[in-house]
Amino acid sequence: MYVAVKGGERAIEAAHAWLAEERRGDPALPELSVEQIGQQLGLAVDRVMAEGACFDRGLAALAIKQARGDLIEAAFLLRAYRTTLPRFGASLPLDTGAMRIRRRVSATYKDLPGGQVLGPTFDYTHRLLDFALACDRPGSPDPGRESQAPGLTAAEGNAPPSAPEAPAKAAAMPRVTSILAQEGLMQPETPGEAEPPDLTREPLSFPADRPVRLQALARGDEGFLLGLGYSTQRGYGNAHPFVGEIRMGEVAVEIEPPELGFPIEIGEITVTECQMVNQFAGSKTEPAQFTRGYGLTFGHGERKAMAMALVDRSLRAAELGEEATAPAQSEEFVLYHCDNVEATGFVEHLKLPHYVDFQSELEKIRQMRATALREAAE
Amino acid sequence: MSPPLLEARGLSLRYGAVPALDDVALSIWPGEVVAIVGESGSGKTTLLRVLSGLLRPEAGTVLYRAPAGATHAVHDMGEAALRRLQRTDWGFVHQNPRDGLRLGISAGGNIGERLMATGARHYGTIRGAATEWLKRVEIDPARIDGLPRTFSGGMQQRLQIARTLVTHPRLVFMDEPTGGLDVSVQARLLDLIRALVADLGLSVLLVTHDIAAARLLAHRMLVMRQGRVVEEGLTDRVLDDPQHEYTQLLVASVLAA
Amino acid sequence: MSAVPAARPAEDAAAEGGEDRSDGSAGRLAGYNLGYLDENTKRMIRRTLLKAVAIPGHQVPFGSREMPLPYGWGTGGIQVTAAVIGPEDRLKVIDQGADDTTNAVSIRRFFARVAGVATTERTREASIIQTRHRIPETPLREGQIIVYQVPMPEPLFRLEPRVAETRRMHALADYGLMHVKLYEDIARHGQVAISYNYPVMVNGRYLMAPSPIPSFDNPKMDRMPALQLFGAGREKRIYAVPPYTAVKSLDFEDHPFQPVRAPAACALCGSQESYLDEVVTDDRGGRIFVCSDTDYCHTRQAAQPREAAE
Repeated sequence: MYVAVKGGERAIEAAHAWLAEERRGDPALPELSVEQIGQQLGLAVDRVMAEGACFDRGLAALAIKQARGDLIEAAFLLRAYRTTLPRFGASLPLDTGAMRIRRRVSATYKDLPGGQVLGPTFDYTHRLLDFALACDRPGSPDPGRESQAPGLTAAEGNAPPSAPEAPAKAAAMPRVTSILAQEGLMQPETPGEAEPPDLTREPLSFPADRPVRLQALARGDEGFLLGLGYSTQRGYGNAHPFVGEIRMGEVAVEIEPPELGFPIEIGEITVTECQMVNQFAGSKTEPAQFTRGYGLTFGHGERKAMAMALVDRSLRAAELGEEATAPAQSEEFVLYHCDNVEATGFVEHLKLPHYVDFQSELEKIRQMRATALREAAE
Repeated sequence: MSPPLLEARGLSLRYGAVPALDDVALSIWPGEVVAIVGESGSGKTTLLRVLSGLLRPEAGTVLYRAPAGATHAVHDMGEAALRRLQRTDWGFVHQNPRDGLRLGISAGGNIGERLMATGARHYGTIRGAATEWLKRVEIDPARIDGLPRTFSGGMQQRLQIARTLVTHPRLVFMDEPTGGLDVSVQARLLDLIRALVADLGLSVLLVTHDIAAARLLAHRMLVMRQGRVVEEGLTDRVLDDPQHEYTQLLVASVLAA
Repeated sequence: MSAVPAARPAEDAAAEGGEDRSDGSAGRLAGYNLGYLDENTKRMIRRTLLKAVAIPGHQVPFGSREMPLPYGWGTGGIQVTAAVIGPEDRLKVIDQGADDTTNAVSIRRFFARVAGVATTERTREASIIQTRHRIPETPLREGQIIVYQVPMPEPLFRLEPRVAETRRMHALADYGLMHVKLYEDIARHGQVAISYNYPVMVNGRYLMAPSPIPSFDNPKMDRMPALQLFGAGREKRIYAVPPYTAVKSLDFEDHPFQPVRAPAACALCGSQESYLDEVVTDDRGGRIFVCSDTDYCHTRQAAQPREAAE
């Protein structure tokens, strides 16, 4: 006698318990702290904050720990938390021109006011595995052994020699695009007075204006934008980009409470900004000039900011009267598919039971085959 | 004399500084074929798009007289009503059949679409009409389930005509229907169009740069140059006794060729 | 690292001394509003629902929120349920017709935790039924609400992927293309080759995706006494069919709509009418069929003489 499968509830509980065990790993090894993740996996934290659309290093590190290092899962955890928070209002626009800069490079000018600042970058490192990092302490060949000795302080650990320091330059660091704009070579961006729409409150609708597009891209998946940006460089979309400037550092966040009537600073966040300079041949009504592709991410996310700037520019095709033929120029295609939390949910939902639909398909295929075989026999 | 089916007055449209249409007027009566000729860039395709509601003019009106007698201003009637008109009373034959066909849908489905869009819900009847129309445009009915992308250029164009005429429209806009086809294929298609127009009593607005096609099909013709109608009259009169020097040039160049 | 959240999304947050953002009614998840969503969000969804009910079958965009379940796993249905559920409601959740499939269990637990609501497996006793892929066999009655989880609300998306264009087609009731698809199926296969998510016309006006229910369930939607609500979270659309509204599956006069069902009887309750799941019993082609609607099957088994149920 057949008995229907039951016990979904017990299976779920057991699965969750197993998952918790796997997350912890070997209990003989010390548990990873959220502080350690925040400090030593800082770029993972930055990515989760950007795609989770929530600037909170502590929560992002916690999400990474809970997600066992699955960064999309971590971004999802952060988003699901973020959505329950009350929304007080919008900050004033960040003044990235006044950024306390840790890194600033331009590919369009050899030197410029404020100079180039290389900052903490992987650029020009030789990508050779550094086996010294496999040891918890210099001279210790067996990384496993050290784990037996928790409580090792950082000073005893493999702290690298401190980086040389120089006094910060007093000179202002104007944005490269402003330098171009002074000469009238850069298409000006008119500041909007209206509070930008909030994608997390209002659904996308098309045509989407640029604030909405930038918002979606800023939350978008780094890998997806990277691939799309890359495609514009390979001929799918008509891109002629130069990195006008990439800058990374700290900027102040200000709000202007209506009851005060003047702005107050509520804190400081780390952002990476990329401004791509693109050729624009001009039209009947406008002379030739440069146009801008813009990228901004939370934290240090240079690859994402650059890819975002490429895609932002390619999405301006319609507004600039360019022929739109490539995927990166289609706002529906890009905006509907760049969100990795939406994408992962829908791709992964295929593993949910579909018995009912599959049964319907089975019967349909059987019927259609029977009809075809009967006709063939006649 | 009965009132015109479609009547346009004072149509103007500019692309930047270039006038595409400059104070154009035109009327077409039931059962009449009117050709609009001119070289490329003369504004004839723009005029067709404005007349059929696909493009809005900067000035001027286009009036359409519905079968019940009511008159509609084409550019004021709203998208829903215009679309209804475009899939019932009107038809549009594109120069490139790829613009007028669904290449991934069978020939039968292509012909049946307009019937289904206007409410036909009997599969057998739709299929019967598709078979009948394939015969009328000289395509083997055995190809009914074939995909248009497997058809020759001439067959695709004939399929597009069948797909357009299946709902018996009153007014058909044709944009260079024989363009891009071999000369022998063109002649056969022109004969087919002439026979169908006569059988169905269609009104046709035909855009062409082919004077021979205009002479074969059209009762009347308009000659366009730089967005203006420079000459208008009965086809034989215009071609045999052109008044405007541009028309004389056009006719001469055909004779010379 | 000071920012461990005061209100942690875990049941034991309160027990560990965390702050409680809720009004703290017994048994409910600490730190969250009743039904998880905040009241403003619920109001926004209810407004969307009113509009959806007023225009049967029309997809109304809404500000879908991120939910603690993945997109595509019922976030739309959950938001709709969360917006209409109250403390006196009794909720039934099914997936594939069954109350005990993992996703149904997971969603029912979610509502038990965030809404403290009573749950049931009995179709007759439920005031709200959230479902994925089935309509219960037991006919629904006035006053009940059935909430469908919808992965893809747009019935035309396989024919026209551009959303801006499909919205225009709906606005103009320009549905010839959908019939062309049915025509092509019949020309090629002798029958319509759609077996689930079979498109319907609602109230003679809007073409609608009934969600991926088997076409077997389509006739149940027609003039159903219960209110039918559809939530698509990822696509951010809500639509509805008010009670007693005409819902017609697309077809041709000479090829009428035919729902699909395995020609067999349930191995457990013997039903010849219910929709059946096929269960493979060995690797030699052995299979039996059982009801997909577990409540219906249990009720029938309980009503039968003992030996039959054994």
